[in-house]
Amino acid sequence: MLEPFQYEFFVRGFIVAGLVGTLCGLIGVYVVLRKMSYIGHGLSHAMLGGAVVSYVMAFNFYVGAGLWGFLSALLINATTRRRQYIGADAAIGVITTASFAVGVALISRYRTFTRNFEAALLGDVLGVTGQDIIAVAAMTGLALLFVLVAYRKLLFLTFDPEVSAYYGVRTGLLDSLFALVLAGTIVVSMQVIGVTMLVAALVIPPVTARLLTHSFHYLVVLSALVGALSGLLGIYLSYYFDISSGANVVLVAAAAFLLAYLWSALRGRLDVLSGVREALPH
Amino acid sequence: MLHPAPHEPLGQQPLVEFRGVTCGYGGPPALVEVELTVWPGEFVGLLGPSGAGKTTVLRAVLGAVQFYQGQVLVEGRPVDRRRPRAGYVPQLETVDWGFPVTVEQVVLMGLAADSWWPWPRRHEREMAYGIMERLGIAHLAGRHIRALSGGQQQRAFLARALVSNPRLLLLDEPTAGVDIKTRDDILHLLHELNHEGTTILLTTHEINAVAAHLPRVVCINRGVIADGPPAEVFTPGVLGRTYGAEMTVVHHEGLVLVAERPHRYYEEHAVQRSGDPGEAGRA
Repeated sequence: MLEPFQYEFFVRGFIVAGLVGTLCGLIGVYVVLRKMSYIGHGLSHAMLGGAVVSYVMAFNFYVGAGLWGFLSALLINATTRRRQYIGADAAIGVITTASFAVGVALISRYRTFTRNFEAALLGDVLGVTGQDIIAVAAMTGLALLFVLVAYRKLLFLTFDPEVSAYYGVRTGLLDSLFALVLAGTIVVSMQVIGVTMLVAALVIPPVTARLLTHSFHYLVVLSALVGALSGLLGIYLSYYFDISSGANVVLVAAAAFLLAYLWSALRGRLDVLSGVREALPH
Repeated sequence: MLHPAPHEPLGQQPLVEFRGVTCGYGGPPALVEVELTVWPGEFVGLLGPSGAGKTTVLRAVLGAVQFYQGQVLVEGRPVDRRRPRAGYVPQLETVDWGFPVTVEQVVLMGLAADSWWPWPRRHEREMAYGIMERLGIAHLAGRHIRALSGGQQQRAFLARALVSNPRLLLLDEPTAGVDIKTRDDILHLLHELNHEGTTILLTTHEINAVAAHLPRVVCINRGVIADGPPAEVFTPGVLGRTYGAEMTVVHHEGLVLVAERPHRYYEEHAVQRSGDPGEAGRA
């Protein structure tokens, strides 16, 4: 059972997957509750452009892709505000696919990126370096700090952006900071989960946790936990089944969602049954 | 029975002052040249048809509109420079009822803007429970917001507005979509709060059930049409200009009752059919 842990590359991948799972589970709560799932999806694709540009220009990947992602996030925010003219989903589609296309165009022009291209699309946990671990750990720490410090304001902003501003929450600042944290999360998670699977890592843990609790506090903790466990278990199982790490992490998360769904359906039935029993004359 | 006794203003400086305000949301103005003064301790109802600018008045008080002309002052300070602190209760239909929050978490949002601590401090929790007890919802603190009745939901959001003890309370259609008993309970509660010194500004669609019981009513349709006690404001002329429809006003044993005349539509069409389009064109 402990066999995979004798390989250093596996231990590295295991740690990174756990961290990425926690990070995506935590940030995903806000992405889902703010109905930004499609933004997360688009942003992760847009980031590919940034990744390739930094590779071609021999620029640090994290700085290049992070900057690219942050700018895309701000651009998406700005375009979605003009929703009287363009639907938000269409605006996101334009910006993110254009950015994705920049990446694909550069790859086909230079042709030296194909292996990394596959890793960026599908995730490659075996290629994780010490620098990647530091980047993921630092980003997880930053995101935790941000969520802790802004916790109550973020809750209000997520629940009701307009009214929270009336109550003195600085919504513009928090929105920009959140875009920065989301872009950072996507950049560091890309290598492990892959662009195509990333949105699932952001969305499935909070949706699973939502089926199990009505309280926001528990939701945040549960979602991070589901994310972490999916990451760890996904990588562990990928050692035995030869499946891409990103797909495996997502499949484990999807299984957790299915279990939570069945449990909540069963609990609903049980509640109805006990309600009927109480209503019946004794 | 409610408490329709007029409330005496408590201070010398107006709490809210609209000085020739024309404002909107970037497009055509939603309010034009509005002059309005609310004194501390007043209880004011804003009345008007949908799209007349009632909610915009509340938003202007909060500094959440674009001012094209004039200014709004709250406690003497212009709101476009620094947003004032007021308790605001939104229309319940705008609330995301599927959101995972409990009543206590909603009430504590009222104190969130000043806190950099992830958990509520003890005194904040005491304040929250104090106001929830005052509004009779403390026993529901751990419930999800969807698991409440309409009246309890309104109280939960009222508690969020009151938890920071604001001088000014703004409510956007607090009685929309609730039954008669709940509506009366909410109005009783607001009158009590007002008697304790809270200044209240609310919007409503309900002329007889709500506005007629308030000490002061402001009729709005992009501008102020009339302003005063219901007995003075509710005239066929004022209501006709506010709503663009003919209304009958009945005075009965000190009560003012307003009745719509729905048959007017049929009358117009009957006239149209009889071949006099000129008459039908005058609404």
